[in-house]
Amino acid sequence: MKITSITDLDAIRQACFSRLYAPDGVKVNVGMASCGIAAGAQASYNRALQEFSTKPDISISQTGCIGFCEMEPLVEIVAPGKPRMMYHHLTEDKIAEAINGYLANDYHKKWILGQMRDPRNILEDDIANPQAPVTPAEGFPFLEDIPFYAKQTKIALRNCGYMDPDSIEEYIARKGYYAFLKALTQMTPADIIKNIKTSGLRGRGGGGFPTGIKWESCAKHSGDRYIICNADEGDPGAYMDRSILEGDPHSVLEGMLIAALAIGSKQGFFYVRNEYPLAVKRLITAIKEAEKAGLLGDNIAGTNFSFHVKISRGAGAFVCGESTALMSSLEGKVGRPRAKYVHTVEKGFRDGPSNLNNVETYANVPPIILKGGDWYASMGTANSKGTKVFSLVGKINNTGLVEVPMGINLKDIVFGIGGGVPRKKEFKAVQTGGPSGGCIPARLLDLPVDYQKLAEVGSIMGSGGMIVMDQDTCMVDVARYFLDFLKEESCGQCNPCREGIKQMLEILTSICQGNGKEGDIELLEELGAMIQRFSLCGLGTSAPNPVLTTILYFRNEYEAHIRDKKCPAGVCKALFHYEIDPEKCTGCGSCARKCPQEAITGDKKKPHSLDQSKCIKCGICYDTCKFDALVIR
Amino acid sequence: MNSSVSEASLELDYRELDRIIEEDYQNDKENLIMILQAIQKTYNYLPKPALSYLAVKIGVPVSQIYGVATFYSTFSLEPRGRNIISICLGTACHVRGGDRIHETLVDQLQVHDGQTTSDNRFTLESVRCIGCCSLGPVIKVNEDMHGRLKQDEIQSILSRYE
Ligand SMILES: Cc1cc2nc3c(=O)[nH]c(=O)nc-3n(C[C@H](O)[C@H](O)[C@H](O)COP(=O)(O)O)c2cc1C
Ligand code: SF4
Ligand code: SF4
Ligand code: SF4
Ligand code: FES
Ligand code: FES
Repeated sequence: MKITSITDLDAIRQACFSRLYAPDGVKVNVGMASCGIAAGAQASYNRALQEFSTKPDISISQTGCIGFCEMEPLVEIVAPGKPRMMYHHLTEDKIAEAINGYLANDYHKKWILGQMRDPRNILEDDIANPQAPVTPAEGFPFLEDIPFYAKQTKIALRNCGYMDPDSIEEYIARKGYYAFLKALTQMTPADIIKNIKTSGLRGRGGGGFPTGIKWESCAKHSGDRYIICNADEGDPGAYMDRSILEGDPHSVLEGMLIAALAIGSKQGFFYVRNEYPLAVKRLITAIKEAEKAGLLGDNIAGTNFSFHVKISRGAGAFVCGESTALMSSLEGKVGRPRAKYVHTVEKGFRDGPSNLNNVETYANVPPIILKGGDWYASMGTANSKGTKVFSLVGKINNTGLVEVPMGINLKDIVFGIGGGVPRKKEFKAVQTGGPSGGCIPARLLDLPVDYQKLAEVGSIMGSGGMIVMDQDTCMVDVARYFLDFLKEESCGQCNPCREGIKQMLEILTSICQGNGKEGDIELLEELGAMIQRFSLCGLGTSAPNPVLTTILYFRNEYEAHIRDKKCPAGVCKALFHYEIDPEKCTGCGSCARKCPQEAITGDKKKPHSLDQSKCIKCGICYDTCKFDALVIR
Repeated sequence: MNSSVSEASLELDYRELDRIIEEDYQNDKENLIMILQAIQKTYNYLPKPALSYLAVKIGVPVSQIYGVATFYSTFSLEPRGRNIISICLGTACHVRGGDRIHETLVDQLQVHDGQTTSDNRFTLESVRCIGCCSLGPVIKVNEDMHGRLKQDEIQSILSRYE
């Protein structure tokens, strides 16, 4: 069916309502983003199909990621008049039992994360909460109240985990494409741009450039204009773009359609990172479905507006996330950045005016158009409006994707939502902004998170990766790690970046190997300043950030490496050794059994000893001992 | 390594190449990167004769094709092993001990990044984030993801791949 009006959308929305909110029988929604699948969701899904597909009143369906990745596989079970139960760690061996239990109103408490109070997204405030008439199950928390979700506001992630990403009907049922049809039929390009400007939306890909202003300047330049979506997601540790594309591809497509209307473009591109095959697959389906519905292609919704999109895939080059490099890669060429004397909004892809935005940026556009720029601007801080998605990863209990209002402080994210550091270790720092960002130390945890505040402490918002580090993370090694990454990824065309990074890396490597000298820190600072100043693109100008911020906040760790030849965190192998504390060792023998070198010996229930000459410092014993008897010296 | 042997014995299926270049990618040089990906998918690497053939078909100098093939890290100009191990060296995996998993792999396979074991069983490659950071440290063997890895699990995982 071709959609030509909001009335058509209404009809689909009504027809699809029951599928989402009041299924005929029991509906099992398995979270099937790629990490869910890696954690066993596909196997759970297959098992559920196998056991229940012959039963007419049970349907098995897929959704995207609901964010609490630590708890994968996540499965929701729903039935009319019953609570919507979210199960965690529901592997294939448990899923049948969980479903049978649900059918018998005998919920498996241990496996349940919570019950959903209200499944609607932020746009569906025109209908009543479909879950309201249902009596909640006693003794089960509401999902919305558990600490991981309590402080979240989902705008960009509004549908991830709540619907089948391959179904355009379900997207429409959650108020999808209403914003686009509103823009198409009721707004002028100038209205759209004004709304985006009012919203204060800034680019979520790293630079934070105001989106409305970018659209406006692109629209001013004549020629064939292009709308491009940056799904290169190069920041290692950030995966929100993957999750949005896998869980809600239509939201990004709709954002691009609105951008195309505002800017006046007929052709769009997705540039997707090579490592994301499932995102590509879901995008292909979404594009086909949108074309079938007449929302993409020629004469969209019966108007004279036409827009086509094509998917291009990257091939493993971090620098191709940079706008000019990306456009050159889209043309099938080597992705080397060029100087931006002329901006890409004027002359970009195929020398035409090109508007590049990040996945999350586009996903925010439809809600802004439907609810108005003022609504969006009412959230956040003076310079950073709305919400931001962060991926909480590393040494953190609740790994996952979280969307919070700008301005929330770091402590609320790391400890409130993230549940702090596992194994009672001490929290040391959080790294934001990826290889272009910095490490923020524990003492700055009260920092409100917005573009400006992060910049003030030497880091950046970046694309939203938050890597949590604990006492076992060596900050000198982290700095070395990022430079090693950047050395590999520098395109090599300008000297300061290519040679400067190499030199900094050599110094850091020698510090980590115990050959650090007095003056090395100062030399790193000097080189850093030079690279920042003279590099051509953002990769180079921001490359020294991880080094400079770790020097700023963790100078003592550098000094310990250089002067005392010690790595306090026990990472740099030349600079520490493991010892067994006889006071604490219970002689349980776990470490000895696991040591690949047979370096640990001792009698049962007596303190063990460790033979340094055999030890290769693999750390297995350190991770094994439950009594803190293995210590770093 | 026996790359020269397998390359010499490789029979290129030009009809398959034509299908990729013409049908899937319309002889369009803007699609060069994706064509190379498709060729690599078919042959597990980029055979030189295929690149020369491609150059003529889409009208791009061979030198430029090599430039692209060497610039992007996913392309391999050498034949690769029967199983591809991608170890994640992304930040989230790094702070969770990804380096030690890497060392164990290097140690057990006796190859470094980009190299293939002498029996052609494994090629070791590194990637920077596969987007499954919540399961870190992770490795991917062919299409299978293995997460929350411990060093002592590596051996038994590798033994599953022939
Ligand atoms: C080295 C480098 C890598 C980048 N990588 C990405 C990326 O992976 N994804 C992204 O959205 N933006 C990335 N950016 C930022 C883009 O250049 C660009 O600013 C952004 O895609 C614009 O979209 P936005 O305004 O919506 O953020 C990168 C920038 C640099 C300098
Ligand atoms: S700063 Fe580095 S990555 Fe950027 S253009 Fe120069 S050499 Fe290439
Ligand atoms: S660090 Fe590794 S090799 Fe050394 S004693 Fe512990 S387990 Fe054995
Ligand atoms: S695991 Fe800890 S307590 Fe047990 S023998 Fe080893 S050092 Fe001692
Ligand atoms: S549940 Fe997989 S992306 Fe989070
Ligand atoms: S850092 Fe390893 S999967 Fe993301």
